[in-house]
Amino acid sequence: MITQALDRPPDELERQTGWAVKPQGACRGAVCVPLARPFDLSDLGRRLGMELVHDERHGLWALGPESGARALHSAELPRIVLPDRNGEDFELRSLRGTKVCMIAWASW
Amino acid sequence: MREELHPAIEVVTVALDTGGAEAAVPWIDRAKTTHPALIDAAHLLDELLGIVNVPTGVWIDEQGMLVRPPEPAFPWRARPLPDELLAQLPAITVEQLREAGRMRIDPEAYVAALRDWVANGSRSRFALPPEQVIARSRPRSREASRAAACFELGQHLHRTGHPGDAVPWFREAHRLAPDNWTYKRQAWTLADPLQGATSEYDSDWLTDVRKIGAENYYPPVDL
Repeated sequence: MITQALDRPPDELERQTGWAVKPQGACRGAVCVPLARPFDLSDLGRRLGMELVHDERHGLWALGPESGARALHSAELPRIVLPDRNGEDFELRSLRGTKVCMIAWASW
Repeated sequence: MREELHPAIEVVTVALDTGGAEAAVPWIDRAKTTHPALIDAAHLLDELLGIVNVPTGVWIDEQGMLVRPPEPAFPWRARPLPDELLAQLPAITVEQLREAGRMRIDPEAYVAALRDWVANGSRSRFALPPEQVIARSRPRSREASRAAACFELGQHLHRTGHPGDAVPWFREAHRLAPDNWTYKRQAWTLADPLQGATSEYDSDWLTDVRKIGAENYYPPVDL
């Protein structure tokens, strides 16, 4: 997640990680991890094992995914919305009720 | 494969391409796809699911639960190209194809497993319970988390018109996650479409594949 500010959570935080910042801390499901106040992204990164890197020249920060466990924290498909070849957003959850084989490939 | 199994199953393809539609659409159109063919210019799937190479498959059941984690997914075995066609290709491509021919893949077993799951659903021995799906996904260390952040910065800078500034971040991602071929192949391609040696990177596809041995390029699929 790319951000230019450390004093607020990145917009995609909840969608990409499942962690939402609430008054009681960072919460995912029934689990809440207390956070420093006022909010500080580097504190959140430290507590959740998400590495934070900084590009000084462009004033950008990037927050990596959670470490210390497996890439999947749940077997439930996370919300994935991606554009198709016409630029139209497609939500994978729209295929609920059907078995899906998703294949990642690349032009390279 | 899709024509054979649809509508009992839907195939969704996702192009992991920093180049976005410009890079992926010509391939999608050439394949005349009839399934959802999506484009992931930010490599979101890498991060969400732990994908480190392509092609990688994930199976999702009717309830939206993963029943197989990311794993190498070859629907067929590529046939060797005839000599007259090989003679028209750049030398590096011929060398790459030679190494690719040594890779350990088992499309027959993978497709048979997929057919079994389509026929038997949760009773299929290839449909894994949630705890196994999670346990079989890649472990994520602090280095892997940092590599993901570096790769994302590199991609962002490349896409926003700073390709030179992206290179050090890609290099750092490669150093931190040397077994992540997605990070390497994507960045190499941006410097040289053939993924050959360049001044930007210390490594290239052929060199790195030969270093580990082509037979180890894809991990064996534990069906």
